[in-house]
Amino acid sequence: MGAESSPKIVIVDESPIRAAILEEGLREAGYVDVQHIREMHNLLARIYALDPDVIVIDLENPSRDVLEQMFQVSRAVRRPVAMFVDQSDSESARASVDAGVSSYIVDGLKKERIKPILDLCISRFNAFSKLQDELERTKSALEDRKIIDRAKGIVMKLKGLTEEEAYVLLRSTAMREKKKIGDIAQSIITAAELLK
Amino acid sequence: MMGQPLHIGFIPLVDAAALIVAVDKGFTAAEGLDVTLVREVSWSNVRDKLNIGLFDAAHLLAPVAVASSLGLGHVKVPIAVPFTLNLNGNAITVSPALHEQIAAHLDGEIANPLATARALARVVAARRASGAEPLTFGMTFPFSTHNYQLRFWMAAGGVDPDEDVRLVVLPPPFMVDSLANGHVDGFCVGAPWNAVAVDRGIGQILHFGPDILTSAVEKVLAVRGRWAEEQPDTLAALVRAHQKAADFIEEPGNRDEVSAMLARPDRVDADAGIIHSVLAGRLAMVKGGPVRESSNFMSFGRNGAARPDPTQAAWLYAQMARWGQAPVSPEALKIAKAVFRPDLYDAALGRQAAPASTGDPIGAFAGPVFDPANIAAHLAAFEIANMRG
Repeated sequence: MGAESSPKIVIVDESPIRAAILEEGLREAGYVDVQHIREMHNLLARIYALDPDVIVIDLENPSRDVLEQMFQVSRAVRRPVAMFVDQSDSESARASVDAGVSSYIVDGLKKERIKPILDLCISRFNAFSKLQDELERTKSALEDRKIIDRAKGIVMKLKGLTEEEAYVLLRSTAMREKKKIGDIAQSIITAAELLK
Repeated sequence: MMGQPLHIGFIPLVDAAALIVAVDKGFTAAEGLDVTLVREVSWSNVRDKLNIGLFDAAHLLAPVAVASSLGLGHVKVPIAVPFTLNLNGNAITVSPALHEQIAAHLDGEIANPLATARALARVVAARRASGAEPLTFGMTFPFSTHNYQLRFWMAAGGVDPDEDVRLVVLPPPFMVDSLANGHVDGFCVGAPWNAVAVDRGIGQILHFGPDILTSAVEKVLAVRGRWAEEQPDTLAALVRAHQKAADFIEEPGNRDEVSAMLARPDRVDADAGIIHSVLAGRLAMVKGGPVRESSNFMSFGRNGAARPDPTQAAWLYAQMARWGQAPVSPEALKIAKAVFRPDLYDAALGRQAAPASTGDPIGAFAGPVFDPANIAAHLAAFEIANMRG
């Protein structure tokens, strides 16, 4: 690798979406040489074939331990690798673990060149988690709406109310009992099924 | 009543039993501790989360505690071990094809590790002569007893683990599949994975761990050295809860309950029947074959096993030196031994300080008696080594 050329980065991640988000971020920042490994079988051989300068792996991946073998000075290992942890900066190590990502570098690559890559990984991993949370929330909101609609139907039928009146009843009950409207709706459905 | 909140990391293995039972049986709560167990997927995660303080304590490979304290391979963080979670529990399992080859080249009993290691050397030579790929063995981590047990065994028979075969790290849950699909020819791993390989009919147990080393420290309860200094009362409470758990596990009448407790999906997530046979030390070596029983297969706290023994730490350090992971130095040896803290164990349980162990607690099947006082001379007696410098 030339001093000024872009380091070769390999992303080891079984999640294609997260890897894509990370890869996009790295490319935008000018790191053009980015590869993604999804298949964990024979991981070391795959990594050696790509011969990266930096390896990024997510912490949910049990194969992280496989990478530890690259720290060893032995014939099985082509180029010794170190985990990127700045001993003087425990904050960044913590931020990295919190974000769920870990980075490894081959010996000889300067710290100043790695830090921006790691920071980018951390922010992209966090962005992915946020996206995932939002997706979960949207999913459960949709689920709630379906349940509320069913419960409204039951209340309308049993009490002869209009749709709006049924909704007001559900909402006021939820407020009085300090529960979520979705939970109240679910109890109505459960009760209706029991009393069928 | 809320106790002191603690987060403790573990890997889903039977040898996390003392930790899991201490929490799930309520021994930690009885000591005023509110423990949250955090299941992890890699030893690297456990180590890093312990190092940066996300975990207060952890179920850890004994050699990782020593390696962290010496700063080998990553950040140097002094670790203290106040409690040994278990001795032994590993086994060497090979594919039916390799088992057959070893048997064909055997000059002696298949149960004799020296005979099988020599047979392995002949298999290696025959493969080399025929131009076949070298054999590949799986182990769980560079700093693991599994790595050192495999190396110790094969080197005794004349196989250089760095030259003649390939040793690869594999996460334990991938071990059995890797043997089934031919990615590895054998492995050394902890419970329940050897029994699982036998149960699936894709592997045969060649040796129990104690065939190689009579008593080898396996997993430890690890805390940061600084944490141990800052929280002596919490640490003592944790040790007492673990001792109660280890005693509970050792009582044969409790095995059903312990197996069910460990089998849960959020704990070890393995078949309770297999866990039971592991705890009892009764395992089939080959599917449908006779059961081999060994009271020494895995021990929790029995005969003082829970008390950290600095000689065990010295032995682990000697393996690191033998295989080029650590330099041979009296300072490093001193640091390694100081990781294991029988003083903390004794203080927690209100016991009189016992005299340091004498003699060789390891009991290796080959080579000279272990001498922690003179590691360089001890290692010089081994023909195969890969020492630094």
